[in-house]
This record gives sequence, C-alpha cells and structure tokens, in this order.
Amino acid sequence: MDLGVKPVSFTSSSASWKSADGVPDQFPAGLRVLVVDDDPTCLRILEKMLKNCLYEVTTCNRAEVALKFLRDNKNGYDIVISDVHMPDMDGFKLLEHVGLEMDLPVIMMSADDSKNVVMKGVTHGACDYLIKPVRMEALKNIWQHVVRKKKHEWKEKDFEQSGSVDEVERQHKPPEDVDYSSSANEGNWKNSKKRKDEEDEAEERDDSSTLKKPRVVWSVELHQQFVTAVNQLGIDKAVPKKILELMNVPGLTRENVASHLQKYRLYLRRLSGVSQHQNGLGSSFMGPPDAPFGPMSSLSGVDLQALAASGQLPPQSLATIQAAALGRAATKSAIPVPLIDQRNIFSFENPKLRFLDGQQQQNNNSKQVSLLHGIPTNMDSKQLATLHQSAQSFGSMNMHVHSQASQSNSLLTQMVQPPSRAQILNEINGSHALNLPSSAGQPVLSQAVPNAVLGQNGIENVRRPAFTSVSQPSTVVDFSRSQSTEFPENSFSLVSNSGISNLTSKLQDEVNSEMKASRGFVPNYDVFNDINQNRTQDWRLQDVRSTFEAQQHSNGRGSLDVSSSVLIQQQFSSNQKSGQNRIPPVRKAAFSVADGLGNTSNIGQQLSSSLVDNPSRIKAERLPDMGFQNGLFSEHFGQEDLMTAILKQQQGGMEPIENEFGFDGYHLDNLPV
Amino acid sequence: MEGHQLQHQAACMRKALFDQGYLDDQFLQLEDLEDEANPNFVEEVVKLYYSDSARFIRNIELTLDKNPFDFEKLDDIMHQFKGSSSSIGAKKLKTECTQFQEYCKIGNFEGCMRTFQEVKQEHAVLKKKLESYFQLARQAR
Repeated sequence: MDLGVKPVSFTSSSASWKSADGVPDQFPAGLRVLVVDDDPTCLRILEKMLKNCLYEVTTCNRAEVALKFLRDNKNGYDIVISDVHMPDMDGFKLLEHVGLEMDLPVIMMSADDSKNVVMKGVTHGACDYLIKPVRMEALKNIWQHVVRKKKHEWKEKDFEQSGSVDEVERQHKPPEDVDYSSSANEGNWKNSKKRKDEEDEAEERDDSSTLKKPRVVWSVELHQQFVTAVNQLGIDKAVPKKILELMNVPGLTRENVASHLQKYRLYLRRLSGVSQHQNGLGSSFMGPPDAPFGPMSSLSGVDLQALAASGQLPPQSLATIQAAALGRAATKSAIPVPLIDQRNIFSFENPKLRFLDGQQQQNNNSKQVSLLHGIPTNMDSKQLATLHQSAQSFGSMNMHVHSQASQSNSLLTQMVQPPSRAQILNEINGSHALNLPSSAGQPVLSQAVPNAVLGQNGIENVRRPAFTSVSQPSTVVDFSRSQSTEFPENSFSLVSNSGISNLTSKLQDEVNSEMKASRGFVPNYDVFNDINQNRTQDWRLQDVRSTFEAQQHSNGRGSLDVSSSVLIQQQFSSNQKSGQNRIPPVRKAAFSVADGLGNTSNIGQQLSSSLVDNPSRIKAERLPDMGFQNGLFSEHFGQEDLMTAILKQQQGGMEPIENEFGFDGYHLDNLPV
Repeated sequence: MEGHQLQHQAACMRKALFDQGYLDDQFLQLEDLEDEANPNFVEEVVKLYYSDSARFIRNIELTLDKNPFDFEKLDDIMHQFKGSSSSIGAKKLKTECTQFQEYCKIGNFEGCMRTFQEVKQEHAVLKKKLESYFQLARQAR
C-alpha cells in the first residue's frame, strides 16, 4: 500500500486490498464496502456504482444484518455506508454501534438534507454524509475516509503509548500500573476518534503535526507512567535511564525523559518550597484519587496551602479558598494528588476527550484533556458536575492523593474570604461571584456564573472550594476532583505552580491545538455538558471544581462542573477580554482555579483553582474561538474577574512564581517537546 | 433503416422525458452505469423501483384513511418514497412528493389529499412513459 503510512491497523485492510486486487497499488480499488439501505432501488444503484468504482461491495437491507456481517467478519470491511432512515434500526444507532465495536468509518446517507440531520450525523461520528440521490462522484472518493481513519487511529495509539511519533506503528501498551492504561485510552481514543470528525480537529492536528516532527507529547497517560516510574524508583534515585526502562514506552528517548524529569523536579521543588506538604499539594490538584473528590477542600486546601505557603496567595485568600473548598468538600481527607494535576497538565496535551460527544468522555479518563475539546459553549452546572465527575474519576485515577486534604482543610477553615475577594467576586459575576460559596454549600457552580467567576478569575473563585486549589500559587487545584459530581473523570488536577505551569503549557498546547481547531474551548465546556451525562472527562480542572462544588452541594456536581466550566470559560473569556494569556478556557477553566498561577489554563481545569487565573500568567496564547465560549463567558465572566482580582492580588507574589515556574517556557504554545 | 428509425424514435422519446421534466440528472447517472455486463441496468432498476414503490403508495393510502390523521407518519412514508423516486431520477414525481410533505408539515389535510392524487398520477404516468421508452430502446438496439 503506497499510502505512505505504516499503520499496524492497515495490515488487514491492506492485505484485503491486496488480495482483492492482487496489486496493492490498485488502491482504492478493492475497498471493502458494506452498504446498508432498506430501499432496494437505492441499494441496487449504490451497489452498481460502487462496483464501478472497483470496490468490493456487500449489500444488506437491514441494520441488524449489517451488524451481524460486521461482527462475524471483524476485519472484513473497510467502510460502511448506511441510510439514515431504516425500519429496524435507526441509522445513527447503527453508526454508533459500528463506531464502538468496529471503529470503521461510516458514511450516512439520506434524502433529507436538513441541517439538523446532517449535524446529527456529524455528532454521532459519521465521517461523511451524502444526500440522496447519491451520485457516482460522491462515492468515488469514499476511500479517503478509510485512509484518514487509519492514519488517525494509529497516530492516537502511538501517542497514547509513547507520546512520540517516532514509532507510529506501535501498539504498545503501557504497564499496568499506570492509572491510565493505554487500553483504556485506546478505547477512549477510538471513541474519540469517532468523534474526531466532529470535534477534534485539534487533536488530529496534533497528531499530524506530531507525525511530522518528532515531538514527545507528554500526555496524561504518559506522564502518569512517568510519575509512576519515578515514584517506584524514588525521586532521588530516579534517573532518566531507569525511568525510561520502567516506563517502557517505545519511541521515548532518554533525552525526552531527562528533560521531563527536570521539569518535574522543578515542579516538585516548588511544591515543597511552598509548604512541607507540598509534594502532596502538587498532586493535590487532582484531588483524592479515590473517590469523589468530595473534599474539594482538601484539594483546595492543599493548593491553598501551597499557595499560601509560597506566599503567593495572601493567607486570607488562601484561607478563604480553602475554607470554601473545605466547606464543600468537607469530607475530603485526601488532598488531591498533585500528580493529578500534573497529569492534567500533561493530559491536557491530549485532549482527546470529546466532550461534545460526551460519549467519549465517559470513556476517557485519560482523555482528560479532551474535555477541552468538546467543551460546549454553554457550561452549565450540569456540565460542571460532569466535569467534576470526570475530575473526580480522574482524581481517583490519578495519583495518589496525599492527605493533604487534611492540611488544606485546616487552612481553609482559617481562611476567611477577604472582602476584596468577595468584592471581586461580586464584580465578576455579580452575584455569582459571591455565589462561590466558600463555605456555603450552595451550588455555586450550578450556576454558570460561579463557574464563570471561577474560571475567569481563577482568583476569586477562591471562594469556591474549587479554588482552594490555590494551594500552590501556580498550582491549580483540582477541586473538582474531590467532587465526585457528575463530572466524568475530569482530572482537574489543580496544578501546583510548577504543575500549573506545566499544565498551562500543556493546556496551552492543548488549547492551542484545540484552539486552532477552535475547539479548544469547547471541549471544556462540552465536558461539562457531558459531565452531566456522566461522561468521564478527564478534566482535572473539573475535578477540582467538582471538589469544591461537591462541597457546595452534594449533588452540586453540576455546579462544580459549572464552575469549572465557568472557570474555563471564564478563562477564555477573560483571556479574550483581557487579552491575557489565559489558558485556553477549556483547560484553563480548570486551571484558572489555579490561583496564583493565573494560569488560565489551569484554571480551566480547576475551577477551583480559578483563583489562579492570572491574566498575565496565563499565557494562554490562544484564545481560540472564543466564540463558543461566548455563552459561557458572559455568565462566567464573573469568575474571570474574580480570578483576575485574585490574581492581581497575587500578582506581586505570583509574578515571581510565574517566572520561577518558567511559565513562559511552558506556554502551551511553546511547550517544549 | 428501421433500426435507425427506431433508434431515432427512442432518442426523441428520451429527450422528451428530460425536456418535459419527467427525468433529471440522476437518470443520466443510471445510464452511465450501464455497461456490457449490465446492458439493461436502467430498466432493471426502474422495474425494481416500481415493484417496490407500490407499497409506499399503499401505505399512504392506508394512513390517509385512518383517523385521526397522522401527518408525521405520512411525512415519514413520503420521505422514503421520495428518496426512492429521486434515485431513479423521477423529477416531477419528486416535486409532488415534496409538495405533499409540505402539506404534512403544516397539517393541511386537504392539501395532502390533493397532492397525493398528483403523486399517484405522476407515478403512473412516468411508469408508462418509461416502459414505452425502454421497449423502444430495446427494439432499437
């Protein structure tokens, strides 16, 4: 097959192609097409047309039969063309089945050309939509979908595994101990792939760009592996060579690991520099891995502590945040694992979560990042909840949550929301800001506003438990984590300062990429939406938020989500508005919570950490199509303001941190590879 | 001569079908699919269509008889019928189908009934015309 790709997955199809033609060069001749249409006339015509294209055609007039064919012969087909309107099964349903079970490209057909139907096709993952009557020209080029899909598939797999494009054909699976098993990721990837068409252009872009140049993308999964390896070896003994061996990721070089280790060390140092518990803090972003991030406070507590410790965050703020967080997540005993946010950071890079679809999100923990992708423009509480859930799940997945929570809790309680903050919050959202119930279990998040506030200000959101993630100036706490709200595992790891920077950068990267696709923001939002649907979105940020939110309301999940989403949105909007480099809303939202950091990106993640939304900090370079955020932003603007306010407060302190963390270096855009 | 004449006749008939709006581009697509292996492809498809489309007509009639009136279902059936008809290039018929669907959408029973009659008529007329044409074309070959 001279496709110029060497995907593993191609083997069967290429083999079949070969066998069909006898000559690989004949591609796309021999493409094995399965056509499903209950109309015999259409079916006959399509069959003839496809045969004229030299494709190998199998027809059936019932969806059930088609599925049977597909199941019986897993690799027997390359592409499926299906009518939308069928008596025994809806075409979209078939589309979903095929996507989930076989992951083949599916083309939908219908005489109906109304926009919403076509949109439905897109959202369900159809790789194309043909209007009947179908013409020969339309069928001639369907092979492109096959190629494209295969190409993406293995890019994704490759990324998952090694994060490097060096070895594209690898199907390596990361070690079991990794939280995010690659298989899970892969599954997710597959789903996301399906959704790819619709929303993840950025992803694709990443893939393709990665393919073009050897860049190691430190995805959440990959980072997780890395962290696991490091922990196994012991941070002192962790040398790149050994880490590399432990990780056993094909295509990853010692240099990659070495540079990553360096960053990681810096990050840890910062964390510890901030407070003794720092280590936990760092990881606390993610919120307690176990369970619902309920204890947002822990998250935030940790973060806040970190922040406070680092002096970045005014004690009061920190306290406030923590209190808020604690209030929400009273139960949180374990502070979200800082690692989490690391993961978030890293995971952001691979926003595979397609929130839009939401479907995928559930599957992807690993896809945390993807939250960004599918972020719907309207984050509502539900969404937040979703985010939380994901965050939570993420948290659980993530790492080890240290019991920083307890610490943070204490911190939180001490914190009293500074009036200024409140004011800020108020300003931002108007009432919403206040809504960020630091201690009030109000589902602040439930309202978009709170989220917005969170998102935007990141700072102000301190009130929100989620914000407590402020622990580290730059760390965005994944409050959401604690909240096991509906958030699909959003690993909102509050990113500690260093984490945040990383996160930011990652986010940025992701966001950037997403943004490019103009999706970046959307994912976050989508996530929220999806969250409601219980998608697992690895939205760390969301976790954070959820954490807080959880506090706020037991089921306030949504709110958290909202807040995170809001945060994220805020981020975006704030970014937009302020032109700051906020982390792409999506991510940022989670990050925004990242106090101090002002990493908008972080805020995105951590709604809770929205505190951190330092406008300046977040070098969210891109404010990708803020368009979709509009909906969100308007409401969440408050958050942004809050965050900004908070950030401003911390600006002085933060600034240094910023530099310290080398945010610049980590700008998503510039994420070093 | 005769053959030539017949061919000419067939060609004229075909042209008329297009000119009078009975057939559209899609019919050309079908013709393009004809080859040595399938010399009567178009005729086969049209036959297939007519044997299948009868059920649509029937279903609509049944639904029109029912009370209360189910516009949605009518629209649904008509949608399928339209899809099928358009695949053979039945232009006029397609237009009538669309009209019918419009009436369904606004819930105009009278309009539906009237248009349905048109649909039935077009359906029958086209069938006859195509049958004649194919017959002639076969003879002319």
